[in-house]
Amino acid sequence: MKIHEYQARQLFSEYGIPVPRGQMVTSPEEVRKVAETYGRAVMVKAQVHVGGRGKAGGIKFAPTPAEAFKHASKILGMDIKGLTVKKVLVSEAADIETEAYVGITIDRASRRPVLIVSAAGGIDIEEVARKTPEKIVRVSIDPLLGLLPYQAREAAFALYRNIDTVRQASKILVQLWECFVKEDCSLAEINPLITNPAGEVWAIDAKINFDDGALYRHPNAESMRDPEAEDESEREARQAGLSFVNLDGSIGCIVNGAGLAMATMDLVKYYGAQPANFLDIGGSSNPDKVVTAMKIILRNPHVKAILINIFGGITRGDDVARGLVTAMQRMKPKVPLVIRITGTNEDLARDILEEVGLKAASSMSEAVQRAIAVSRPS
Amino acid sequence: MSILVDKKTRVVVQGITGRDGSFHTQQMLEYGTRVVAGVTPGKSGETLHGVPVFNTLAEACKATDPNTSVIYVPPPFAADAIFEAAEAELELVVCITEGIPTSDMLRVSRYLEGKRTRLLGPNCPGVISPGLCKVGILPGHIHKPGHIGVVSRSGTLTYEVVYQLSNAGLGQSTCIGIGGDPVIGTNFIDCLALFEKDKDTHGVVLIGEIGGTDEEQAAEFIRSHMTKPVVAFIAGRTAPPGKRMGHAGAIISGGTGTAEEKIAAFKAVKVPVAEVPADIPGLIRKRLSTSGKISSGRPPAARRSTPAARRKIRPKAAPRARAASRRTTTSRKKKTTKR
Repeated sequence: MKIHEYQARQLFSEYGIPVPRGQMVTSPEEVRKVAETYGRAVMVKAQVHVGGRGKAGGIKFAPTPAEAFKHASKILGMDIKGLTVKKVLVSEAADIETEAYVGITIDRASRRPVLIVSAAGGIDIEEVARKTPEKIVRVSIDPLLGLLPYQAREAAFALYRNIDTVRQASKILVQLWECFVKEDCSLAEINPLITNPAGEVWAIDAKINFDDGALYRHPNAESMRDPEAEDESEREARQAGLSFVNLDGSIGCIVNGAGLAMATMDLVKYYGAQPANFLDIGGSSNPDKVVTAMKIILRNPHVKAILINIFGGITRGDDVARGLVTAMQRMKPKVPLVIRITGTNEDLARDILEEVGLKAASSMSEAVQRAIAVSRPS
Repeated sequence: MSILVDKKTRVVVQGITGRDGSFHTQQMLEYGTRVVAGVTPGKSGETLHGVPVFNTLAEACKATDPNTSVIYVPPPFAADAIFEAAEAELELVVCITEGIPTSDMLRVSRYLEGKRTRLLGPNCPGVISPGLCKVGILPGHIHKPGHIGVVSRSGTLTYEVVYQLSNAGLGQSTCIGIGGDPVIGTNFIDCLALFEKDKDTHGVVLIGEIGGTDEEQAAEFIRSHMTKPVVAFIAGRTAPPGKRMGHAGAIISGGTGTAEEKIAAFKAVKVPVAEVPADIPGLIRKRLSTSGKISSGRPPAARRSTPAARRKIRPKAAPRARAASRRTTTSRKKKTTKR
């Protein structure tokens, strides 16, 4: 789960990381007021869940409250990579001498958290990693010990020469680790971490992603979720316990199991069409889940056919078929349906479907091709 | 022969009285798995499907001497159950639970380093050696005994592939679901090394998906260590970047973990990658026949070869590769204090 910069910097400051004063507001008038209160130059920063805000014109420097108002008027309502800006962060501007990148994430290959620092800060770190990997320093963290002070120092020495700066930075790195581990983050990042002419180290940006699997033990995290950052379908699916991702094709997919769902989407593309979504209904034959799944898919006007691909393993095919029939009788979808059920009790499943006039395909390939055929006007 | 589980496997079920634990205990028993004990705190003295239940794993081990555990406990308690199983020095721990916090799994993985216990999963369907033993939630009846090793990050997609293999007369030695989480215990390489050493496995089907670099590492391992033919399939060619596709580990992040990269890695080491799941049986059959491991096109009945016949068609692994695979597999089994 992603949270906004203004929320992440709040968390950072709770862990002692120095962040400049700032406030989240939703109108240019409020932006002006905040800038007036601060009585100095501010940054106006779009709060959306995408990278590259600066390049898109979503981050502006404003020396006066009047200019802050002007920038905010442009930024609020702006579209950045398909997302509309509805909130901005007004933050005291800093005098920047150097910019570094520091972040903690999980290295899947080594099964360890990893601290990544680079003196090439302020820009897209993935680009730095691709073009100039030598500018990146990685420190592997033992999850049983945490980030040790010497490791933090080593990383800080990779960024700065001055011992006082190194001390400030290594303290921040340990605080960042504390935040990462205690808040169950999958990413905690400061980009840039700056030094100012006074020799102080500040976190100018803040980015945190939470581990979805750990949200249950962070009751406050849910209150940080931005309901507007998620589309209606994805929200409804999440609340119903379905894994759902909106795509831009015309074949709606309902599948049990994530791997099979991906393979089904791939097969749709293989046969020349595009999937409208990823949807995993899990191992249940619960008609309610199928109804919710259909409701979500049918809301998408681009869907021209629904493909249901079920592999009955432990879940028996006839149970799933009954669930489908119930769901269909409740939903009465106008879009053509193609169903494929294989595995446990597939013959029974087919009989149940045929009783209500639905003919089940027996293979994935057949089902996908049929779904594509019925999705196209003849 | 098979890998990880067989007739000698003695299973203890952690979380046996829960809905899933209870149901799948019955399923495992029906399949012929020797489930010797169950653990649910506070339920000691009860029996479930004829299996004695204990308060703690230590008690269960003392009374019934299991060598394998399977975990069905809810996510907040799953890491603790793995620690408990590792402390009891069980050989294999299969964790079915989905949704364990990553930070818990990082600590578990670190703790297991140098320990005797092998962890399979979490968020996995388990492991089955058809006709011998199943541990987990896989549907037993779709699997047929034979000589193909299957290793996968997925559940139902694996069943789909196994079903097609079985229908094509290609039985399986062992099928392993390694799990869909970003941090898992046993990875592709571990399984490939075991399959390479297993006399009863003639070829391997590897089913990967987007996210991480486990497949790329597997490709490199196949190039340097595998003599047996491997066929791969990668799910998620159409997955958009930055979106989690059901599994916690199935996400393209920072431009890495794409299906294209993984497919290219396999092709670079001459491992055929099936375009669609239906192509897998044909590809593996072709690779088996060209490698001379078994003849292709035999009817399923003939494939249930006798032990004597199996010995005759045993692959002759190159000594170097064999030694290498032994190194990789024994390093986990031996109890070491090396850090």
